Amino acid sequence: MSGSRRVLRQLLVTCWLQLKMTGPDTFTGVLNVAWPLFFATTTFLVYRITQHGQVIVYAGLGASIMGIWSAVATTAGGALQRERWIGTLELIVSSPTPIPLVLIPITIAMAAIGLFSLGMTLLWEWLVFSIPFHIAQPLAFAFALFAMVFAIAMFGFLMSVTVVRYRTAWALGNFFEYPGWLLCGFVVPLSVLPGWVRPLCYALSPTWGMLAIRQAVDGGWPWVDGGVCVGLTALCGAAATLLSGRVLRSARRHASLSLT
Amino acid sequence: MPVVETSELRRTFTARTGAFTRHKREIEAVCGITFSIERGELFGLLGPNGAGKTTTIKMLITLLLPTSGSARVLGLDVVSHARDVRRHIGYAFGGDRGLYDRLSGTDNLRYFAELYGVPPRTQRMRIAELIELVGLRGRENDRVEVYSRGMRQRLHIARALMHDPDVLFLDEPTTGIDPVGARELRATIAGLLTQGKTILLTTHYMFEADELCDRIAVIRSGEVVAQGTPQDLKQRVSSGSVVEIEAFGATGRAIDAIRRLRGVRSVTVEERDQVHVLHVRVAPDAEVTPAILAELSSARIGRIESREPTLEDAYVELVSGG
Repeated sequence: MSGSRRVLRQLLVTCWLQLKMTGPDTFTGVLNVAWPLFFATTTFLVYRITQHGQVIVYAGLGASIMGIWSAVATTAGGALQRERWIGTLELIVSSPTPIPLVLIPITIAMAAIGLFSLGMTLLWEWLVFSIPFHIAQPLAFAFALFAMVFAIAMFGFLMSVTVVRYRTAWALGNFFEYPGWLLCGFVVPLSVLPGWVRPLCYALSPTWGMLAIRQAVDGGWPWVDGGVCVGLTALCGAAATLLSGRVLRSARRHASLSLT
Repeated sequence: MPVVETSELRRTFTARTGAFTRHKREIEAVCGITFSIERGELFGLLGPNGAGKTTTIKMLITLLLPTSGSARVLGLDVVSHARDVRRHIGYAFGGDRGLYDRLSGTDNLRYFAELYGVPPRTQRMRIAELIELVGLRGRENDRVEVYSRGMRQRLHIARALMHDPDVLFLDEPTTGIDPVGARELRATIAGLLTQGKTILLTTHYMFEADELCDRIAVIRSGEVVAQGTPQDLKQRVSSGSVVEIEAFGATGRAIDAIRRLRGVRSVTVEERDQVHVLHVRVAPDAEVTPAILAELSSARIGRIESREPTLEDAYVELVSGG
């Protein structure tokens, strides 16, 4: 088996096993459904006063992506901490597979769970609030959606690598949840944010993913925004990969891998 | 060429105390350990809690960087060739942790098979072989959360063997397992030697080390205080005898007085319910029993027995600085 096929297989199998680990937990399953629906409902109720169809669709789309962001951002910081608690962190670090190839499937699995919440949210908005959901360019929408999933997964990867040495890193995930919703333009247009914040917004790949998704739904030209999203995601992944080597060496020096 | 080789291996930890004013303190966990393990050998690393056994193993399996000194596994430096070392070694530790409870035994093995790059064609066969080897046939598809401690421990061993490593590091693998389970696990470990594996084992059970190990290094406070075959270590104290005395109500003062008797090398006290069992290691040709009984005159004496030293006696003498 060639190297790239082996890596692809490893990513797929470990991602599937990560999903199996998360899947059977009823409490998490209910939360994954209830949490995004609650925020989607709140968002819709806030925007309903505008009575403007396009704005409600805009908010509905953003609210559905919020679920993916929440699933990844709130759990990525704690992903390695979870491995540490159950005593597997040292085992995965001491395997010959580079740590990025262990972490990426974990964050992709989380993002995939987020995809489920996206579907549930769109269905909820359609059934309960009668928000019309028509996709002008289905192919472009699928591309933008997958670009978005990978963008959020890579952000989660970067976050989990950055905080691997710290035992209370799980708290960081909660810290990023709300700012992420705002900075990536999921529920509030970037134009209403202060000027000094916007460069940061445009440096985040999910911002471009969100723009691409909206373009695909509206019938615009989503490929540029989607391309920027993919480019920034690649940069984010590369930065996390480079960082992982340094951070793990530091963890080996400071003996912080097994601390619980 | 030795399979595992350490030279003046040293590891220092920095402990920080205080909430507002942080004080740093250097702790030397391993202070210049040197030993080597030959191919096909089962080498035991013995020592009390905190002696530096696990730290030594963690440096050898590339989880910790040594502060100084060097360590090589199969000729590969554990710092500069960490990934190559990882391909050839397996690691299992005692206890409940280190497994994915929500996955089945088979899925746990499959996960690590992927991380160790076991080809898909051989993966299924290898998992079946290992399940058989560690005696989990019939339970392999159950979630690990319903496994007993012994079953978990056996799954740990199977995981460590998944990629057919040349060298195996077992850190207290039988801790907390019932006697029958521990015996089965020891049989499994002994069986691995027949497959040509080289094993480094740490344990607190002396009979286990005596039964399994070809050679042993005893560590105390991060230093190797003795090295050799179990027989060599026993001979260190075999030029004498051990007097075991059951005493009801032995005082600390009496025990200290016994320690000072001429001909007494060391005394350890084991408490069993109301009884103190004194293990008195005695120099050759010294007749100390009457003097010991005189010191214990205020206590009620039960059984008195003189016997040949065991590996445990040798160990106790070594780690207590005797």
